[in-house]
Amino acid sequence: MKINKYVNGRVRLISREEESVEATSQTFQEISPADFFYRNKEIAGFANPARAIFSAIRELVENSLDATEPMGILPDIYIRLSPLDEGENTYTLMVRDNGSGIPADYVPLAFCQFLFSSKYKLKQSRGTFGLGGTMTILYGQITTNKPVKVISSTGETKINEYTLMIDIERNRPIILNRKLYDNYRKWHGTIVEVNLEGDYYKAMPKILEYLKQTAIVNPYANITFVDPKGRLYKFERTVVTLPPKPKETLPHPHGIDVETMYRIIRATRCEKLIDFMQKHFHRVGERTAQRFLKFAGFPEDADPKKLKPDEIVKLVQAMKNFDEFLPPDASCLSPLGEEILKAGILKELEPEFIAVSQRKPSSYSGHPFIVEVGIAYGGKIPVKEDILLYRFANKIPLVYDESGDVSWKIVKSINWRKYGLMPNMPFAILVHICSTKIPWKTVGKEMIADRPEVSREILNGIREVARQLEIYLSRKERIKREKARLSVFAKYLPKIAEFSTKLAGKEKIPDINDLLRRAKKIEED
Amino acid sequence: MKKTNPTAREKRKEVLLKLEKFGHEIYEQIEKGIFPNITMPSRSTDNIYYSPDLRQYVLGDKKVRRNAGNIRHLKPFTQLVWMAYFTHELTLNQKTSTLRDVFYSAQAYDILFQDQDESDDIITDLETILGCTREDFNVFPEESSAVFGDLTIEYTVPNYEGKRLNLTSHPDGVMIGPALTSAEFIETSADKVIAIEKGGLFTRFIEERVHEKFNAILVFLRGQAPRSTRYFIRRLNQELGLPVYIFTDADPWGMHIAMVIISGSANAAHIRELTTPDAKWAGVWASDIISYKLPSDKLDDIDIKRLHELMRDPRYKEELWQREINVFMKIQRKCELEAFSRYGLTHIVDKYLPQRLKEVED
Repeated sequence: MKINKYVNGRVRLISREEESVEATSQTFQEISPADFFYRNKEIAGFANPARAIFSAIRELVENSLDATEPMGILPDIYIRLSPLDEGENTYTLMVRDNGSGIPADYVPLAFCQFLFSSKYKLKQSRGTFGLGGTMTILYGQITTNKPVKVISSTGETKINEYTLMIDIERNRPIILNRKLYDNYRKWHGTIVEVNLEGDYYKAMPKILEYLKQTAIVNPYANITFVDPKGRLYKFERTVVTLPPKPKETLPHPHGIDVETMYRIIRATRCEKLIDFMQKHFHRVGERTAQRFLKFAGFPEDADPKKLKPDEIVKLVQAMKNFDEFLPPDASCLSPLGEEILKAGILKELEPEFIAVSQRKPSSYSGHPFIVEVGIAYGGKIPVKEDILLYRFANKIPLVYDESGDVSWKIVKSINWRKYGLMPNMPFAILVHICSTKIPWKTVGKEMIADRPEVSREILNGIREVARQLEIYLSRKERIKREKARLSVFAKYLPKIAEFSTKLAGKEKIPDINDLLRRAKKIEED
Repeated sequence: MKKTNPTAREKRKEVLLKLEKFGHEIYEQIEKGIFPNITMPSRSTDNIYYSPDLRQYVLGDKKVRRNAGNIRHLKPFTQLVWMAYFTHELTLNQKTSTLRDVFYSAQAYDILFQDQDESDDIITDLETILGCTREDFNVFPEESSAVFGDLTIEYTVPNYEGKRLNLTSHPDGVMIGPALTSAEFIETSADKVIAIEKGGLFTRFIEERVHEKFNAILVFLRGQAPRSTRYFIRRLNQELGLPVYIFTDADPWGMHIAMVIISGSANAAHIRELTTPDAKWAGVWASDIISYKLPSDKLDDIDIKRLHELMRDPRYKEELWQREINVFMKIQRKCELEAFSRYGLTHIVDKYLPQRLKEVED
C-alpha cells in the first residue's frame, strides 16, 4: 500500500516498508530518474580532475556529517586518499563515518541512483538531493571503470558490504557483489571506497582549506585525513555539544509556486480551502486562513480539488501578496549557535579575540534563514593583503568563487577604518548562512546571491561584531597607552627627585610612590 | 672705578643660590606630595615686546607652567631639573662647558635629549627661570672673540685665581673665553672701547697702535658677537664706565651686529644685562660710502629685504639708524671695512677714525 506525503512542496510516495524506516528518521524514495548528470557533470562540480577530487571529498564528507550530527552522533570521520595508479592520476578515496548507517536494502539505491535521497524534505541539511554522493560514484566509474564499495551498518546484527556500479542509461544500481558480516561490536556507520581520476596536488590547497574550514563550523567533529603521500591531517573535536536538531516543517505560503500547489492539491484529503490552508502550510492558523481567503477572494468552503487552473494561479499569487502571514519560524534550521562557532574559530584560527553574533531568524520568499557572523583578530590570524573572509552555507565551507559572493561584496563595501581596522591588519570575517533554501547565485553552489533580506542580515551582523572588535582594540590600546604613560612617570619622577635633592643639598631623596600612585588617576591637562 | 654691577665672584654666588633655590622648590613640592611644577615667563613670539625704556626686547606677562604631573611636561621637566643640577655642579667647581658638551654630558646621567636643539632649549628655559645667562652658569659658546688694550684683569678660575694679566700682553689679543669672562677688572688707562666686526681690522688697529693713539680697549667681535662678548662689552661699559664705539661693514648685516650689542636680540628677551644701550654704532655708515668715496658693491635683493625689515624694527627708531637705512636705499650700495685700504693701509686709522670719534664723542 502506498500513502502520499508532501514535504518541501513535492509529492513523495512512501511504501509501508519505508514507513518503518522513517522511524530511524531515514526515508528513501525515487524522485526522478535521469542520466542528465552524466552529460552535465560540471553542474555538480566535476568539471576537471582537480575540481573533481575536491568535490568527491567534499560530497562524501558532507554525507558523513549529515549521517552523524542530525542523529545526535558526534562525528568521527576518516578520509584516506591513496594512489591507485600514479601514471594515470587515479586514486582510491575512502571515507568512513560513525553515522547512523544505511539500512541494508537501501544502500544500492542511496548510492547508485540519482535523485534518491534521505534529505528530500524541508529542513536544513548539507546536501539536498543526494546528488553529490552518487555523482562522485558516477565520476569514479566513468574515469576508472571500477565499482564502488560501500560498507554500512545501522548498528544492528549485520554489516553489509556492497560492490556496486551504476547503470547510467537506466539510472539503476548494479549489484556486483554483496557480503554480510556479523556486527559483534554494534558498529554503526558507513564506509565508501571509490576509485577516481583526479589531480590531488593541484587541488591540495583547496582540499586542506576545505577541511580546516569544515573543522571551524564542525568543532564537535573529529576529522582525519591521510593524503596520498601518507601525510596525516587531524582536526580534533573540542566541543561535545551539537547544534540544535532541525525540525521538519510545512512549506511557508510565501514560498509556494504553481507546480508545488498542484502537487499539494493532488495529494490533499482536505475538502475545504479553510482546512487545506491550515493543514499544508507553515504558520497558518484558522484566523490567518480566514483573513487570507477573504483577501484572495475564495470562499472558505471551496474544494481545493475543484479549483480551475486560473484559480490556482490566482491563489498562488494571492499567497505571495498577502503580507499578514506570520514569518516562517526557524525551528527547521540548525544554526551553529554562538558557543560552537566560537569554539570552532578558536581551535582552527587561534586568534587573540573573537566576537560572534547569531542574527535573529529572518526569511526571504517564505524561506527561513539565520545568519551567523564572527570576527577573529590577532593571534595566528595571518596578515593578508586583503580582508580574510570565510564563507559557510549550512555548515559547509565555500572555498571557490569568493569574489562573486554577496558576503565579499558586503565586506568590501564596509569602511573598516570606521572600526579602527585596516584591511592589512590580522583579522578574519566569518559568515554562515543557514536556510532550508540557500539563495545560491549559480548551480555551482559556491556563491550566495545578493538577496536584500539576506544581505541586510549579513551587513548588520558584520557591523555588530566589528563594533565589538573595535571596542576590544580601543580598550587594548587604552591599556597600552596607560601602561606607557605610567612607565613615563616611573622613569622620570625618580630622576626629578634625585636631582632636586642633590641641588637642594639634601640627604634624603623624597618618596615619590605617592605621586606614582596618583599618576594613575591623573588625566592629561 | 665705578661699579654698578656685581663683580664676577658675586655673580657666581648669586647664580649658585638661584640654582639651589630652584632645587629646594622642587624638593619641597615632592615632599608635600604634589607634582613638582614651575611657572616661568612665556618665550613665545606673542609675548616678546620691545621696551623703549630698557631699549631692548623683553618678555611680557604671559606665563607658562611646567608641571611634572602632565605627561607631556614630564620629560622636559626632568631635563630642566637635571640641567639645573648639572650647571650648579659646573659653577660650583668652576668648570666650564659648551652647548654641545652639555648635550653629551646628559647621557652620562641617563638623561636623553633628542638632539642638541632640545638641550639648548632647556638651557634657555633655565636662563628664563633664573633670569641670567648661560655663561653665568658656565655654559659657553664655541666661538670666541678677542680683546686687546690696557686693562689689567684678575682671574677667578681655579689654578689662576689671583693671577693678573694685562690685556696688551699678547699681540693677537686675548680670547674672551670663560676665564676672562669671569675675571675681575683691576685697572685700566683706557677711556673708550672700540669694537670691530672684522679680524683683519682688529689686527691692523693693534699694529697701528690704535689702543695707544686713541686710549682704547679694542674688541674683536668676529661677526655677530657671542653673548659672552656682549656681556664683556657691557661690563667694560658699566663697571669701568667706558663709552663703546662699534665699527662694522656698511650693510644691513653690519648694522645689526652693532644693534644686537646695543639693544640685544628677540631671542634673548628673557635676559637682561646683556645689552649696552649707550654703545654707539660709529661706522661704516652708508653715508660714509659717499663722503669717503669708498669702493662699493651693489645691494643684493636679500640686503634690500633685510633693510625693509630693519626699517620697521622698533630698535631702529632712532634718527641715525633711520637716516642710514634711507641712504642705503637711495644709493643701493654697500661696502666693507676693508674698503678704506683703497687709500692706503693706514688711511682708516689716520683719517677716518679720528674724524669719526670726534663726531660721535660730542
